[in-house]
Amino acid sequence: MELAVRNLDLSFIQTTSEGHALRGINLTVKEGEIHALVGESGSGKSVTSTAIMGLLPSPPARINSGEIILGGTDILSLDEKERRTIRGQKIAMVFQEPSKYLNPTLKIGEQITEVLKLHLGMDKEQAENRALEILDMVGLGGGKRILKSYPHELSGGMKQRAMIAIAISCNPSFLIADEPTTALDVTLQLQILKLILNLREKLSMGILFISHDLRVVHDISDRVSVIYAGKIVETAPKTDLYSQPVHPYSNLLLQSIPDADKRGSRLITIAGKVPDAENIPPGCAFHPRCPYAMDICREKDPEMKPCGENHLAACHLTDNRN
Amino acid sequence: MNLLLFVLKRFLRLLLTILIISTIIFFVIRVIPGDPALVVAGIDASDEEIQAIRAKLGTDAPVTVQYARWMRDLVRLDLGTSLTSGQSVKALIRQRFPLTFTLAVLGIILGVIIAIPLGVLSAVHRWSLWDYLGMVYSQAGMAIPSFWLGIILLLLFSVKFPIFPLFGSDSLKNLVLPAIALGFARAAVILRLTRASMVDELSKEYIITARAKGLTEKMINYKHALKNALIPVVTVTGIQFGYMLGGAIIIEQVFSLPGLGRLFLYAIYQRDFPLIQGGVVFIAVIFSLTNFIVDIFYSVLNPKIRIS
Repeated sequence: MELAVRNLDLSFIQTTSEGHALRGINLTVKEGEIHALVGESGSGKSVTSTAIMGLLPSPPARINSGEIILGGTDILSLDEKERRTIRGQKIAMVFQEPSKYLNPTLKIGEQITEVLKLHLGMDKEQAENRALEILDMVGLGGGKRILKSYPHELSGGMKQRAMIAIAISCNPSFLIADEPTTALDVTLQLQILKLILNLREKLSMGILFISHDLRVVHDISDRVSVIYAGKIVETAPKTDLYSQPVHPYSNLLLQSIPDADKRGSRLITIAGKVPDAENIPPGCAFHPRCPYAMDICREKDPEMKPCGENHLAACHLTDNRN
Repeated sequence: MNLLLFVLKRFLRLLLTILIISTIIFFVIRVIPGDPALVVAGIDASDEEIQAIRAKLGTDAPVTVQYARWMRDLVRLDLGTSLTSGQSVKALIRQRFPLTFTLAVLGIILGVIIAIPLGVLSAVHRWSLWDYLGMVYSQAGMAIPSFWLGIILLLLFSVKFPIFPLFGSDSLKNLVLPAIALGFARAAVILRLTRASMVDELSKEYIITARAKGLTEKMINYKHALKNALIPVVTVTGIQFGYMLGGAIIIEQVFSLPGLGRLFLYAIYQRDFPLIQGGVVFIAVIFSLTNFIVDIFYSVLNPKIRIS
């Protein structure tokens, strides 16, 4: 099932100020596609994913406009009860730190089967059998023992596998993976990435992969969107983005990856930081940090324009190219 | 680690605690000035009489011998004989304990029945009517001294509206007012803790997972958060119960109930050393035993605890 976010505009209302967290997000994740959303901390990655899940507390969050379309239905128009039946069943989510995101006092089995019982109406035995299948699928063999284990009895990698097992238990058509490998060491990262690729294949889910780690994104994604200050500034197929980034921000992000070949040279960093949602600069939000900023960048916010096949970027520099 | 081994380890720890406490109380009693033989004999007794009483009490032997006897008697569950009443300490405690126990059970049940539901509702519906009710209650519960509440309850429900008896201790009806006076303040403590613990759990990451799974609010609050939130509540409730089992001196005075608290209080007034000694050991045993039971409960609630 395809998931499309259309012009999603969202604010956080505080007593004295308003934070414009998402400024018209457009994002399409096709069936079976792994779409990475990359950006610095505070750029709006997690707000986007939480908004798709429908887990943002309102207030303070307020959706100003936009649609989130899953399989033809705008899920923002559904009531809370209908959204709840979608969560965990059609859209599922895997989080960053499995040791915090698993309930410490419930057995893994219970944490998996409760979803199956709730959404699919399975009885205890059916749910347990299904749970064993899923554990096998995520590479936790000897499932019976795992079902009876508490989270603290599993290693970090096993916990993340269990987390994934919970997420995919109802065969969701769409999965959000919010930095699922960040808390793991490098060898485990690779295993988990392989598992996610493998599951995408088997279940043909669309995956929104949220990360700040461009190397991980390179390993896993089909398509990459770069987000800055609540706005997508560039979106392209992975190979295009890594070989010909158009937006100066994407370019700088890619240059700031440490590279063994460039050992000894100074690592490129981007000066400054992501603006607060309360104080988005006028014009292009990136202009204060952009080495190529022109007069127009301070006044006019650039629109997304095509600059290649399936490749869009929001930068005034592209105007001069044509 | 499995539960059985855990229980065994905790039980050994319990025995060790009792051994240490009984040793301490043995020496403390002997360091305190005052010869029990003089208390028994009275001022006019002759030296020979006092010597005879010392021999009878066993206090003429060297301290090491006395300690060995004390330990031997403890193992045989013999706490000695009261100096003032001549009855065995064990018999005296046995007479008084049922009342104290019933009072403590009623008090804690009352406390828990008020505190846990109100604490949970306060946390789940923050800033709602429930929450304000909970806040008012916990303020009042902590501010009002239990003896004052006891007196007011007596004046109201035994004197003005004679629903409950003013004196006596033979029926459950006699224990209702003291249990309220005792449980009221305990409930305030448990309520505050329940609310704080529940609020804390509801802000944890695994609650986000539970929401992402599409669980209902009921499942999130009562299945996921409550079990974790109750862990500290069980501990504190258990400790409170342990305190109450040692006897509620003030409440027993106010309601003139012949419980353990009053027994030990009189023992101190009358320098009844064996009774003081036996009483302290008894309280220590009861307290450690409740802690032991709480620990086991705790490990059922929180599987992580069994590792450490």
